[in-house]
Amino acid sequence: MQRIGVFVCHCGSNIAATVDVKKVAELLRVEPGVVHSEDYPYMCSEAGQSKIAEAIREKNLTGIVVCSCSPRMHEATFRKTAERAGLNPYMVEIANIREQCSWIHKDKEEATKKAVILGRAAVAKVNLDTPLKPGESLVTKRALVIGGGIAGIQTALDIADAGYEVDLVEKTPSIGGRMAQLDKTFPTLDCSACILTPKMVDAAAHEKITLYTYSEVEKVSGFVGNFTVEIRKKARSVDMSKCTGCGLCQEKCPSRKAPSEFNRGLNTRSAIYTPFAQAIPNVPVIDREHCIKFKTGKCGVCAKVCQAGAIDYEQKDEIITRKYGAIVVATGFDMIRLDAYDEYDYSQSPDVITSLELERIMNAAGPTQGHLERLSDGKAPKEIVFVQCVGSRCADRRGKSYCSKICCMYTAKHAMLIRDKYPDVKVTVFYIDVRTPGKNFDEFYRRAVEEYGVNYIKGQVGKVIPRPDGKLMVQGSDLLDNRQVLIEADMVVLAAAIEPDPSVREIATMLTASIDTNNFLTEAHPKLRPVESPTAGIFLSGVCQGPKDIPETVSQAGAAAIKAVGLLAKDRLLTNPCTAAADELLCNGCSSCENVCPYGAIQYVEKVVNDHGIRESRRVAQVNGALCQGCGACTVACPSGAMDLQGFSNRQIIAEVDAVCR
Amino acid sequence: MIKTRKNQAERIQEISGVNPRKCMKCGKCSAACPAYEEMDIKPHQFVSYVLDDRVKELAASRSLWKCLSCFACVERCPRDVKPGILIDAVRQLVEREKGGDYLTADEIPGLLDPELPQQLLVSAFRRYRR
Repeated sequence: MQRIGVFVCHCGSNIAATVDVKKVAELLRVEPGVVHSEDYPYMCSEAGQSKIAEAIREKNLTGIVVCSCSPRMHEATFRKTAERAGLNPYMVEIANIREQCSWIHKDKEEATKKAVILGRAAVAKVNLDTPLKPGESLVTKRALVIGGGIAGIQTALDIADAGYEVDLVEKTPSIGGRMAQLDKTFPTLDCSACILTPKMVDAAAHEKITLYTYSEVEKVSGFVGNFTVEIRKKARSVDMSKCTGCGLCQEKCPSRKAPSEFNRGLNTRSAIYTPFAQAIPNVPVIDREHCIKFKTGKCGVCAKVCQAGAIDYEQKDEIITRKYGAIVVATGFDMIRLDAYDEYDYSQSPDVITSLELERIMNAAGPTQGHLERLSDGKAPKEIVFVQCVGSRCADRRGKSYCSKICCMYTAKHAMLIRDKYPDVKVTVFYIDVRTPGKNFDEFYRRAVEEYGVNYIKGQVGKVIPRPDGKLMVQGSDLLDNRQVLIEADMVVLAAAIEPDPSVREIATMLTASIDTNNFLTEAHPKLRPVESPTAGIFLSGVCQGPKDIPETVSQAGAAAIKAVGLLAKDRLLTNPCTAAADELLCNGCSSCENVCPYGAIQYVEKVVNDHGIRESRRVAQVNGALCQGCGACTVACPSGAMDLQGFSNRQIIAEVDAVCR
Repeated sequence: MIKTRKNQAERIQEISGVNPRKCMKCGKCSAACPAYEEMDIKPHQFVSYVLDDRVKELAASRSLWKCLSCFACVERCPRDVKPGILIDAVRQLVEREKGGDYLTADEIPGLLDPELPQQLLVSAFRRYRR
């Protein structure tokens, strides 16, 4: 028989205002096995924990029930308290009478009744609890960073600087990501390439960092500290060890019709290409879809001109299998497609562009060599209209429900840069709200208005009508003036919403990391654990977690790195002892458990068993405790009841149900 | 007006199925409206008029009859607030108040073509209101 102590927490007034805590303590005192019961305003406080420890020692308690908040909050706290007082930490059960009771009920009498029932169930479970001992697993001292934008680069650099090996996987031919596409950065207007390329060089040169560009993560297995990852290194068709990066092949390539991804399809590139001049590594890839040699078998110009003999048409995809202790996701974002927004005429008119396209047009290395011009006729625009919140803050199916966060600032930047370089161009911005929370951000926006004469109109654009003479008639509303305005513009720039890169869905599935309805990766706690996934050993860096600008991305990248380093610095991890185990005598060898196990933790072995005096060889299930995550799928799948989960045994769960129904 | 304990603004919300609280005041409705210049109360104001229970003023406005029921505002609204449906509901309220010499409610279903768009019905009401 257990000797159980019950501790009821008031949580200030969080619980006590809705639940009669004294009554709960009193009613639970007479439950089977309970020898001690008390209540206290803050059980998690130093004084509260001392009360628990004292009771354990004085009354020789063998198990405790804490009626308090969610176990997600303080289960670990109370387990440590019990351990310090000499009790096995797995003899602690939490009855959640806050989130599941006081916070969701109003009637005190009913809430008290429910709190007692929840307490009773926990007592019933402790009665059947057995002391458990966690196992240990080794930590692989190597990190994987998925995504080579500024977030991934910064995380990789920070982990590497701490002394650990990092592999950085990027699906495009070069690292750099979105930031490499930008012209200037707010609020200081420094050139994006000037601050990014040194970091790219650092990452490539760092002895602890291995770059896998033009590569994708294909398969992930294992668990925190012990992930096994397969990386597909796509065939570059260029030998990286031989290529000198002279660029002659790109110059001579006769196929020039492929749309340039880096320039957002505004111009074309050769079939053998590096995305941009400062690409790292500076080794081109052959786009086999557009390469004449691959399409017709006749060409081979690049191989002929290559002095280094680096071109290899026979190269095949390579699969690299590596073990990692920690994985950081830094998959970044893209802009939403604007096909559904007919009213802005984006799909029809080449002079209606997105902000990222404008970024490429204003960039000296872009399709117009940095000259601001209309893509339709190459003429210099005289009047430009910016439209904010295109697809952001939308309740309809066309857009996204969230604020994309960066558009207000980059639009102010664009407007300012245009007014600075071309003072005769009239710039109008249609806004719903101007959101500038950030250091020196509002001052920046005010400068656009006051010093650079950018015309801000509170209202939205209803439609853009192209005129035969090439002008774009922009019809919008001016809410502060209560009038409709009609602007003859030469160019319209749409601040399209940003969304997580589409590849994140597949990666999240491989990592069993949760994502929200917008495909942003979910953090373990929105405030207190913002860079960790709820899945242990997975960390989040950059926009894959939510919209953010460069300074925020870099800070979060550093935070994700230190969390990964904190894991890698450990030699061993304690494993959760609440794992499954099979009863050999009951197992009928059907393989149901093996088939449902998401972690590959179950194997079947031939084994001699002694079934009531009969010795025979049987095929029975065996669980690898290091791989089992205690999800319980096998216990449900097992038709003969041979599988059981330690700490959550079938008997315990039935006892809890019985206690609730009593 | 129809006898009910609910105020008119609540009636409008019930008839239209629109929640004016969802409006974020972006003004895209007024930006899209082709009849904007003809209106005394502008499309984006329909929403605040309903919220403030100023349905009487809406019912007496020029806008009530200047709205083309083209539903550009409904189509473009990013928050699913549908000012055009709101003003349509006010029009229905007014029509019902005038009621009696039109059709009884029971007669209508038999006359309806299920494919008939609602705005056509409304414009027919408008045309024959004398």
